[in-house]
Amino acid sequence: MRISAAFLLLFSVAAVAQHAVAQQRPADITGTVLNEGGQDPRIAVPDIRGLVGTDNERAFNNTLWNDLESSGRLEMVPKSLYPRIAPAKPEDLKSGRDFPSEPGARGLWLNGWAEPPTLARYLVFGSLETQNDRLVLNGYVYDSTQEQTTQAYIFGKRYYAAMDKMGAEEIAHDFSRDILMNLGLGMGLAGSRIYFVSDRTGHSEIFSMDYDGANVKQHTKYQSITTTPAVSPDGSKLAFTTYAEGTPKIFIHSLETGRRLAFLNQDASLNMTPSFTPDGKSIFYASSVTGRSQIYQADLDGRNLRRISYSRSLDLDPNVNPRTGAQIAFVSDVSGLPQVYVMDADGANVRKLSGGGGDAVQPAWDPQGQNLAFSWTRGFEPGNYNVFVINVATQKLVQLTHGAGRNESPSWAPSGTHIVFSSDRSGGTQIWTMTADGTQPKRLTDQGRNRTPIWASR
Amino acid sequence: MLRNRKLTLIALSVSLALFAAGCKKKAPPPEPPPPPPPPVAKPAAKPTVTLSVEPSSIERGKSATLKWSASNATSASLNQGVGTVPTSGSREVFPTQTTEYVITVQGEGGTASASASVTVRTPPPPPPPPAPRTKTISDLLNEKVKDAYFDYDKSDLRPDAQAALRADASALKEIFGEISDGRVLIEGHCDERGTNEYNLALGDRRSTAARDFLVNLGVPASKLSTVSYGEERPQCTETNESCYQRNRRAHFSAAR
Repeated sequence: MRISAAFLLLFSVAAVAQHAVAQQRPADITGTVLNEGGQDPRIAVPDIRGLVGTDNERAFNNTLWNDLESSGRLEMVPKSLYPRIAPAKPEDLKSGRDFPSEPGARGLWLNGWAEPPTLARYLVFGSLETQNDRLVLNGYVYDSTQEQTTQAYIFGKRYYAAMDKMGAEEIAHDFSRDILMNLGLGMGLAGSRIYFVSDRTGHSEIFSMDYDGANVKQHTKYQSITTTPAVSPDGSKLAFTTYAEGTPKIFIHSLETGRRLAFLNQDASLNMTPSFTPDGKSIFYASSVTGRSQIYQADLDGRNLRRISYSRSLDLDPNVNPRTGAQIAFVSDVSGLPQVYVMDADGANVRKLSGGGGDAVQPAWDPQGQNLAFSWTRGFEPGNYNVFVINVATQKLVQLTHGAGRNESPSWAPSGTHIVFSSDRSGGTQIWTMTADGTQPKRLTDQGRNRTPIWASR
Repeated sequence: MLRNRKLTLIALSVSLALFAAGCKKKAPPPEPPPPPPPPVAKPAAKPTVTLSVEPSSIERGKSATLKWSASNATSASLNQGVGTVPTSGSREVFPTQTTEYVITVQGEGGTASASASVTVRTPPPPPPPPAPRTKTISDLLNEKVKDAYFDYDKSDLRPDAQAALRADASALKEIFGEISDGRVLIEGHCDERGTNEYNLALGDRRSTAARDFLVNLGVPASKLSTVSYGEERPQCTETNESCYQRNRRAHFSAAR
């Protein structure tokens, strides 16, 4: 609800500013998606400590902070404004307002955290410990504005993980996700994975990483050209296009075993750009079996084939509405340069969404299935793409990147709060994230050429 | 008796001595007596050695094995820089030209030697390829078949691309006449400015357009296959129009 309300506001602002879109970012668009209706709640997250090794402790606290901050739903109170000590367990906390007058000494009074200069609405605290060589977190969130500590408890849980840096990051992700859920702030980014194509090994292969660029994993080793990843909604399968057998074909891997699953490709020079339906039972893809790329639907083994698009042009890159499964966004050059279109899942009711010059390609649905992010050269030379968002119902348009290099291949975070894309603004082509209003660009990769990112829930 | 004999011996030896002394300057000397025989009863045997080589004729670069065996020898050495070797044994040699090997052995009874020679043949040149196949299909494609070039975001054949493909059609027919089992892959390429996905579809369309044009001119469709490389295998990587144009092409290579 909050996200769609945010977009309504965003697009009404955008409508006013639309004439200026191609030239310059309208200043009043910034921040409207995430900060409508007042400020985000302030949260204090003092470092959680324990005898678990300083590296593990640091990895945990950095990850927790970044997860909460990157949700875009909380205002992180700077640590310099905290009292000197923080509680480690609920029994450490004192109720009432008889705290010392010196702010730095108020750390064990719950209300001390709600007072200036901290002014936190929520306090996160807890302890790390070792138990049977496992890493254990006791984590709590309290409402620091409640006078009685017994009334302030929001959430508390015990977490276990391996006693190493990855384990520390894992429980930080789990804890931050639970904090956001219990505060009613959505799912955040923690635990989500970004799949992308990298040539860092000398060949284009599919890799994945955490939303913050950590824990990089290589998924394919075909030593060929492998590109256009897609992840099934339940996160169990990875589909992609690869030249492993000479011509581009669709392969599907199990992400659980890493093994290739059977998929019958059409006898065509081109089979590519798979997209899973929300039920995870079929894929849409493009094939040139008729001599030019058209859109087809098939079961996950490639059988039960249906042709969806019938045109005398190139139709490609189908993307199934992740909410309804009823609409397909795709690219067609039926009107000349490639443009973004939407049609029903059976191929009916084709309508053009983009227009006004330049290439418009790579449509990507937001998790609510209402908006499409896409890449457009409008206002720029051929090849100089920027990321735009269009509301499919209202056709209201917002430009998110503004000519800083070539920005393309947008994909939404499962939370709907962020977009991942590729950009060469810092030199080579790399993976970047930004908030869904185009702010806070952050580079995640620096090894090799990295492109075609997809943001998956896990 | 005994006394008489003794006397006789004395008298004989004195007369002999006198005779010898008197003869010294007066008569030519007689033949000296033969020297006493050496102390060893039997004289030492003379050493012997045999040397063989197998095979006796090799191609340059191959090896041959020398085998020798000596008797009555205490040491042995081979020439050609080999040096001291056991008195019997074998050794692999790699002569680069016809070579005579000599083994010399030494023993108390003297020395002996034997020789064997290895004939080194220069390998015959590889048999010339059959006349019509002096060039591979890749060579012929590089030489005779030109790329067809396209406009940005387009797959239709410009007049210059059609002219190139008309010449390519004759060249391909000629090539297939020479290499009857030859097959050709038509690769569709794009410049880097389009997106990955669109360029895959566009490159596919370019290769198919070129293929259809050639088939219309009588090039057998069964000998042609197509693939799109999109923007993945550019010929050049500069960001200017002349490089972009070089990358927007249908290119011909040998199908595997």
